[in-house]
Amino acid sequence: MNSKLTISIAKALLLARWKQTLVAAVGVTFSITMFIALLSFMAGLNDLLDGLVLNRTAHIRLYNEIQVNKNQPVNKSPLYKDNYNFIKSVKPTNARLQIYNSGAIIRTLKKDTRVLGIAPKIMTPVFFNEIAINVAAVVNGIDVKNETKLFYFNDYLIEGASDDIEKISNSIILGKGLANQLSANVGDRVQVSNTNGEIFQLKVVGLYQTGIQELDKTQSYTSIATVQKLMGVPNTYITDIQLKLKKIPEAPAIAKEFTKLFEIDAIDIQTANAQFETGSFIRTLISYAVGVVLLVVAGFGIYNILNMMIYEKMDTIAILKATGFSGKDVQTIFLLIAISIGLIGGLVGLLLGFGLSAIIDQIPFKTASLPTIKTYPISYKLMFYLIGAVFSLITTFFAGWFPASKASKVDPVVIIRGK
Amino acid sequence: MSENILQAKNINKSFNDPIKVKVLTDINIAINKGEFVALTGKSGCGKSTLLYILSTMDTDYQGELLIDNVSMVHKRESELAKVRNEKIGFVFQFHYLLDEFTVLKNVMLPGLKLGKFSEKEVENCAIEKLKILDIDKLAMKKANQLSGGEKQRVAIARALINNPDIIMGDEPTGNLDKKNSDIVFDLFNKLSDELNQTLLIVTHDLSFADRMHRIIEMEDGKIILL
Repeated sequence: MNSKLTISIAKALLLARWKQTLVAAVGVTFSITMFIALLSFMAGLNDLLDGLVLNRTAHIRLYNEIQVNKNQPVNKSPLYKDNYNFIKSVKPTNARLQIYNSGAIIRTLKKDTRVLGIAPKIMTPVFFNEIAINVAAVVNGIDVKNETKLFYFNDYLIEGASDDIEKISNSIILGKGLANQLSANVGDRVQVSNTNGEIFQLKVVGLYQTGIQELDKTQSYTSIATVQKLMGVPNTYITDIQLKLKKIPEAPAIAKEFTKLFEIDAIDIQTANAQFETGSFIRTLISYAVGVVLLVVAGFGIYNILNMMIYEKMDTIAILKATGFSGKDVQTIFLLIAISIGLIGGLVGLLLGFGLSAIIDQIPFKTASLPTIKTYPISYKLMFYLIGAVFSLITTFFAGWFPASKASKVDPVVIIRGK
Repeated sequence: MSENILQAKNINKSFNDPIKVKVLTDINIAINKGEFVALTGKSGCGKSTLLYILSTMDTDYQGELLIDNVSMVHKRESELAKVRNEKIGFVFQFHYLLDEFTVLKNVMLPGLKLGKFSEKEVENCAIEKLKILDIDKLAMKKANQLSGGEKQRVAIARALINNPDIIMGDEPTGNLDKKNSDIVFDLFNKLSDELNQTLLIVTHDLSFADRMHRIIEMEDGKIILL
């Protein structure tokens, strides 16, 4: 078929009534703009809410649980090997929170390609002494560099600099809630007593706020070395190894594997935060539902506009057919028209959608729980733009296809007579 | 028989909506090359319906239709379109030009569709046809800027572009005033006399019909005068 001719006819029909073409294209543009902007905004909010928990939580945490020794002597004795031994009132002994051979474990993990990053940590309960009051809290000894990289520690810092806990000896970063209880500010000294009752003076070098009240009231951070000093333990002593994985869904399986491999307790994020998983799933479900509804509504809108446009051109179809253009030619011409509208309208829609998202991204949004968030969050996912582009082409294609194929099948006389 | 350009054998047609009405009964027509034929009859006698069947634009009928001695009955839609493109030029009552295009492009479109000649050749041919009809100065105007008579002449030029075997007209003067009707009929006469063009024109204007070679008269879906 003579494609040059069909293209030139389609072009002429498009341009001759450019106002009508514009209205149709604007319909597509509007739908795609709304789809992109709304979905980007929803996904942005979702990511923000997910981040509240995800950013601060290890995908897998390796640690030692205080528990009863599974290998009781009686079971190991060859004498009672064939018996079924009942042991009552077994108590945990020797509560060893330390991870043995932590150096070797970290070396092994570093070689594992599924692991994104590793951050060792020590946790110990302490009392902060404020004149007559003892406030129970936890001191976390962290490796600042990795903690910042994997858990965005700096995002939650509202005062001071995280590096200071490693640069300044005997320094500490307090949670906002904890600092309020102790009425301590940056630069002040706080008194800490460890589980054995020994007292230390620490300098406050920063304050942080996660937005989760419970954490802000009970958590404080310092360097690993400072905690080791507080506890009076050697510098190989570590209680936790936190891992971030490349793929979160693999966490439960990998946690199980590490439990066996390192003979250690490992908890994955899905188990540790079951309620978060549910919330996140439901939020994602809602945004997908909204996305689908938007697309369906937009699809019908586009379909309607193009349908009307083609029915208005029935005369043209009759003339073309009477002068020797086949149904297939007519169909091609109108498909070209529909797809051009989809292409141009869709493209402008993507650009405007991006623009609208960028505007939303500038609207101030301040919340106490998220000190680093200043404006409404927007997710600039390429996926939304791809869906938008493909969708605008597919809907316009079908919106052109159905009326055009119907028109291509009728005898020209039916159209002429119908006048 | 070899001179036959168009032949209809036992053509019957009924409309089924809302009740069955027979509009054409046992139509038998043969038109020879070079003839200038008028198809006349009172309004509603089925002459337009017959013309649309003869022009292959209506396929809902019983009987046999031969154009250039080839049967049209079992042809596919795209083959019929090709026949219309190559062998038939059609002039409607309401001009039916494409307003989106210039006069020249309107005339050229069927030629470009035929694809036998280059765009330049088709353009020259179109200008030539416009000259025959004395409207070559309108070539660059948009179709919707023309008067009714001019539009109808452009439509005739378009019908001529592929040098069809036969030109059919459905009351081509029905929508024109006396002066323009005369112009159009003079043109048909000129085409018939000078170019030996075969023409089949539906009209209810007997003063025009009398000037043609042959009159076919219809009444109530039947031919009463051949």
